[in-house]
Amino acid sequence: MAEEKEPMFSPKNIKLLTNPINVDNPITKQVLGICSALAVTVKLEPAIVMSLSVLVVLSFGNVIISFMRNGIPSRIRIIVQLVVIAALVILVDQVLKAYAYNVSKQLSVFVGLIITNCIIMGRFEAFAMTNKPWPAFLDGLGNAFGYAWILVAVAFFRELFGTGSLMGLQIIPDSFYEIGYVNNGLVLLPPMALFAVATIIWVQRSRNKDLVED
Amino acid sequence: MKFIRNILDTIKPHVQKGEKFQAFHSMYDAADTLFFTPDIVTTSGSHIRDGVDMKRSMFIVVIAMIPALLFGMWNSGNMHYTSMGETVTMMEAFMYGFWQVLPIIIVSYVVGLGIEIMFAQGRGHEVNEGFFVSGMLIPLIVPVSTPLWMVAVAVAFAVVFGKEVFGGTGMNIVNPALLTRAVLFFAYPSAMSGDKVWIAEKADAFSGATPLAELTAGSEAGISHLEMIVGNYAGSIGETSIIALAIGAFILLVTGVGNWKLMFSFFIGGLVMGGILHGIADSFPDNTYLQLCPWEHLLIGGFAFGGVFMITDPVTAAQTETGKWIYGFLAGFIAILVRVLNPAYPEGVMLAILFMNVFAPTIDFYVVESNVKKRLKRAKLSA
Repeated sequence: MAEEKEPMFSPKNIKLLTNPINVDNPITKQVLGICSALAVTVKLEPAIVMSLSVLVVLSFGNVIISFMRNGIPSRIRIIVQLVVIAALVILVDQVLKAYAYNVSKQLSVFVGLIITNCIIMGRFEAFAMTNKPWPAFLDGLGNAFGYAWILVAVAFFRELFGTGSLMGLQIIPDSFYEIGYVNNGLVLLPPMALFAVATIIWVQRSRNKDLVED
Repeated sequence: MKFIRNILDTIKPHVQKGEKFQAFHSMYDAADTLFFTPDIVTTSGSHIRDGVDMKRSMFIVVIAMIPALLFGMWNSGNMHYTSMGETVTMMEAFMYGFWQVLPIIIVSYVVGLGIEIMFAQGRGHEVNEGFFVSGMLIPLIVPVSTPLWMVAVAVAFAVVFGKEVFGGTGMNIVNPALLTRAVLFFAYPSAMSGDKVWIAEKADAFSGATPLAELTAGSEAGISHLEMIVGNYAGSIGETSIIALAIGAFILLVTGVGNWKLMFSFFIGGLVMGGILHGIADSFPDNTYLQLCPWEHLLIGGFAFGGVFMITDPVTAAQTETGKWIYGFLAGFIAILVRVLNPAYPEGVMLAILFMNVFAPTIDFYVVESNVKKRLKRAKLSA
C-alpha cells in the first residue's frame, strides 16, 4: 500500500503544524471562528478552556473524518461531519461539566456552539476529507493552536485592561486605583475584541507583506 | 516673520533625508507649512478654485471655536464658584476655568499630533492638518473634570483606529473628535456621566446634574430660556452657550468653510423629531422630556455644538448636495430620538452623528444611483 513511507515529522508535516499558527492562521488569515473570539474572550480562563475544547474536537475530529474519508458518500458528507463534531462536543461538554463546572457555566452555550464553529467544519472539508489521518491530526492541532493563541492574546488584553486582573487574580495594584486609575469598560464590550483581532491582523500583515490582499 | 523663517532655515538642512535628525523631518515640515504657505506648485495643469490651502481653512474652524472655548473657560470657573456659593469677578472665574481647561487642550494636542507625526514619518507623508481642528474640538466636548490620562487614552485610540488605519486625514469614516468622546463615554462612563463630573471641584451639596440628566430623571430642566441661550449651566466645556456657538457658526458660514445645508438640515431634523415627540407628550404625562418644546431641544445640551462643528465636518459628511440634506436631517432626527426615548443616554447628538457618519457613503451612493437613473431615462426619451 504505502510505496514511499514519509517520515512522521517531514518538513511538509511540520508545515501543517506551524503554518496555521502564523501565516495561515484560522482567525487572522482564513477569518473563521470570529464569533467565538468575540464571545469568550472577556476573561482569560474561559478563553483557555474554549481553546482546549476546540483543540480536542478539531484534532480528533480531523482524525476520525480522515479515517472515514473514503467511505463517506459526498452527498451526505456534511451530515456525517456534523455527527462526528456533535459527538465530540458532547463528550467535551460532559467532561467540562464534571470537572470544571464553573467554567462550563461561564462558557454556557458556547461549548455547544463549537459544533457551528466554522474552523472545524472548514478544516474537515478542506483538509481531513482528502488527507491521511496523521497529516489530518497535525493540521487539526496546528489550526487549534492558531485559534488558541489569538483567543488567549485577546482575552489577556481584555481581562487585564477591562477588569484589572488575570485568571481572576488582581494584577493592577490598589495603589493605581487610589491615584485615579479606572478600568476601561469599553474593553469588556464585544466590539473591542474585533479591534484587538484587527490589531493582530494589522501587525501580522505589516510584518509579512505576502498576506496583504488587494 | 523673518525671525521664524531664519530659525526654520537653519534647521532645514539637518532634517533632510540621510542627515542626522531625519527622524524629525515630519515635525519640521509641519512647523514650516504652519507658519508659511508652502511654495510647492503643481507642475502640470491645475484647477484653481481657491487660493486658501487646507491649513488655512482648518484654522478658520479653530478661530470659530474660540468664542465657545473662552466662554467654556469662564463657565467652568463660574460653575465651580457657584457650587461653592461664592461670588467672584468675571476674571477670577475665567482664570480658574483657564487653568482647568488648558491641560486638556495640551494633552489632546500633544497625544494626537504626536501619533500623527509618528505615522506620517513612518509612511513618508507630510503631516496633515486635520488634527488642528480635532485637537481643539476634543476639549470642548468633554466634561471639565475628565482626568487627563483618560483624555490621552481616548485620543490615542481615536486617532489610531478612527483615522490612521484608514490612511489619515481625509480618509476617516467617523469624526475623530466624536470618536474620542465615544471612547471616553463607553470606556469610563463614571467620568463622563452623572452629576459629579460636569463641575470642577464641586461642593457636595450642590447638584451638578446637567439639564438633560434632570429631564431624563423625570424632573424639569431647571434652567430658564435665558440661561439656555447664554449657557451658564452644567455641561461639556464648549457646548453650553448658544451665543458663542452662533458667533462660531457665523464665522464658518461667512467664510464658506462650514456648509449651510448640513447645519440647517440638522436643526430641521431636530425640530421635526422634537415636534413629533412633543405631539405625543399628552399621552405620557410622566415623561418630562416629552413635554419639552421642540425649539428648546435645540438650545440645551450638545445639540447646537453638534450642529455647528460636528455635522459640518467635510470629510465625514455626505458629499452630494441632496445627500447633505438627508444626512443632516437624519442626524438631527436621531439625536433627539435617542435623547428622549433612551433613558440610558440623556444626550444623543454624539451617537446620532457617529451613526450617520457611517451611513454617509451609503447615502451618497444612492443619491448618485438615482441621478444616474434619472439621466438614463432622459437619455432614452430623447433618443
